[in-house]
Amino acid sequence: MNAPATAPAGPGSPAGPDGPDGRDVVLRARDVRVEYDGERPTRAVRGVSFELRRGEVLGIAGESGCGKSTLAYAVTRMLKAPARMTGGSLSFRTREGEELDLLALDEEGLRTFRWSRLSLVFQSAMNALNPVTTVGRQFADVFRAHRPDMGPEERDRRARELLEMVGIDADRVRSHPHELSGGMRQRVVIAMALALEPDVVIMDEPTTALDVVVQREILDEVERLRAELGFSVVFITHDLGLLLEISDRLAVMYAGEVVEYAPAEQLAGGAAHPYTQGLLRSFPDLAGERRELRGIPGSPPDLRGDLAGCAFADRCEHAFEPCRTTAPRLLDLGRAAGPWSAACHLHDPAHRPPAGAPARPGAPAPSDVPAPSDVPAPSGTPVPAGTPEPAPAAPGGGPTTEGRQP
Amino acid sequence: MRYILRKLGFYLIAAWMAVTLNFALPRLIPGDPVQLIMARQSQLGPVPPGEKEALEKMLGLGHGSILSQYGDYLASIARLRFGLSVTYFPTPVADILRSSVLWTVVLVGTATVISVLIGLTLGTLAGWRRGTWLDSLVPATTFLAAVPYFWVALLLIYLFTQVWPVFPDQFSYDPGLDIGWSGEFASSALRHAILPALTIVVSSVGGWMLGMRNMMVSTLSEDYVSAAEAKGLRPRTVMLGYAARNAVLPSVAGFAISLGFVISGSLVMEMVFSYQGIGYQLLQAVTNSDYPLMQAIFLAITFTVLSANFLVDVLYGFVDPRTRLAR
Repeated sequence: MNAPATAPAGPGSPAGPDGPDGRDVVLRARDVRVEYDGERPTRAVRGVSFELRRGEVLGIAGESGCGKSTLAYAVTRMLKAPARMTGGSLSFRTREGEELDLLALDEEGLRTFRWSRLSLVFQSAMNALNPVTTVGRQFADVFRAHRPDMGPEERDRRARELLEMVGIDADRVRSHPHELSGGMRQRVVIAMALALEPDVVIMDEPTTALDVVVQREILDEVERLRAELGFSVVFITHDLGLLLEISDRLAVMYAGEVVEYAPAEQLAGGAAHPYTQGLLRSFPDLAGERRELRGIPGSPPDLRGDLAGCAFADRCEHAFEPCRTTAPRLLDLGRAAGPWSAACHLHDPAHRPPAGAPARPGAPAPSDVPAPSDVPAPSGTPVPAGTPEPAPAAPGGGPTTEGRQP
Repeated sequence: MRYILRKLGFYLIAAWMAVTLNFALPRLIPGDPVQLIMARQSQLGPVPPGEKEALEKMLGLGHGSILSQYGDYLASIARLRFGLSVTYFPTPVADILRSSVLWTVVLVGTATVISVLIGLTLGTLAGWRRGTWLDSLVPATTFLAAVPYFWVALLLIYLFTQVWPVFPDQFSYDPGLDIGWSGEFASSALRHAILPALTIVVSSVGGWMLGMRNMMVSTLSEDYVSAAEAKGLRPRTVMLGYAARNAVLPSVAGFAISLGFVISGSLVMEMVFSYQGIGYQLLQAVTNSDYPLMQAIFLAITFTVLSANFLVDVLYGFVDPRTRLAR
């Protein structure tokens, strides 16, 4: 499901925030932090950066509670108390080349930005339709809010067009949501997300509630529409297998941080972070050889307060001395496949484990630990586009410094 | 349309059952109710000829088989012939009903509707702006709802007729005036209605507001409301078209129930204000063992409850499409 329009960036292509390659970046999030207020605030997103290029599919994977949905809400500025964004920046580049600072938008600016530039398919898209009004009416609400000069007939015509586009009978504009099946409702929601031809669609677990057959149909539909309309997608799900298939690039989140950032096609064969490896081992590969399915023992850490060292250390079979004391930085692995980075001491030359690194029985990844020659020196290395820049080891740095921009 | 017809059929059956029950009740009264009633009537004045037959038909106690009695009973009800009242002998019950029902329906009905409208509006705003000053008003209104409403009525009478004598303290209009479409009469009726209406509004608005506010808060966390916001709809559209539109549904059902109690529920208020509505007449009927009047009032209450429920059922079909099952 790779975007035909997007050429994968070469491994060495220079791209800082203002690099020449930054031109086709539509959405850039830097060091986003979100807290849920409470007696001990839960820091659900801890400095996540990503770049979304025009026309590509960026997958965000991770188990429940790792901050995926919170991140999506933060990016769309939909967070409600007690959640609040405590840091970071969000910039958006429209199709016309206008640069928008999402955090600086006022209420009306935000309102007009929403849906016309960036739309959202919700986690439970089944419930995202107003149960008491017709589908057509809900399309009309969108047009009335964003295209005030559209007449009633034009609104109706466009709603019918959109329904047909996702393979639903146009006369369904007169139906109420309860008269549609789950898959149809999902299609309606997707049609609605595309109503204003946005630059970006964020899909938060859009197919989780559907059975695999319908899920497949919907995904094919999304892929077809994306090729046709050229929008970018941030696809959030816990289903890593699905993401490997549909994304161009993939970010794996754990405990509110991105732990690995990789081209989707190569990730299955070369996952660098032990957590990604664990995720890959937890579902069967239909095409590959038979192997034992294993989950990841333990559960994610408590996100209230600071985490000393690597958040994954307690569940990691490769954990060694620095993992419990020093937080790993997201470092570029310098692999040929494209921008690829991981936050793991196993890949940090400064913390290379002793020669006889623990054996990993059952690990499918052939080369979790790249040869020393693969790893560039951290200093002075150009960071490929789409890779959050690694932070220099800050004094007293906990996991909070992770991904911070210099 | 089929939805409405089905509902109508259901309510016709319910009405028929109520009427039939009313027919059966006098047979369960020990002794001869007709003799009892006529004995009381004769104390008050000469009983006109045919009154015995009218009463028997009304109570369904005439001669002939039980079926023909039942037929006579239905026929007299259809023609609104309920016999003569004992309390206001020899006025026909139908006349008393006619003159008192309208007072109650207009006063209590209007007050209920006003109370619902104010309550729902305030509740919507309080839920939408949760945690603001408006929201902190909610406990105060529930306190008002917790106070017995005859007490509120007495307090209002004390304040507005004794401390500041602005409003009359009893009756539904100035007894010195003739009933008619004159401006003088209308303004007198209005002035007499304000305190009773205020009593009803003050004591019931808190419940509507609290219910609506809580439904608003839970509706606001629904996905379709977040989605509406993500769609960049105007806040007004989100509040009214998405949140309040769904939050109001339980209140619509509650409104049906309270409309049904418009006639019967106003008894205490009409007593306190000596308002000549149907509650006041019911009280008179009970104290004077006025069976014909009582029966007619019971029937009137039954029919208002049923027709109010029917109206709201139809309304509910419009506001919540999910209840319109088969088309």
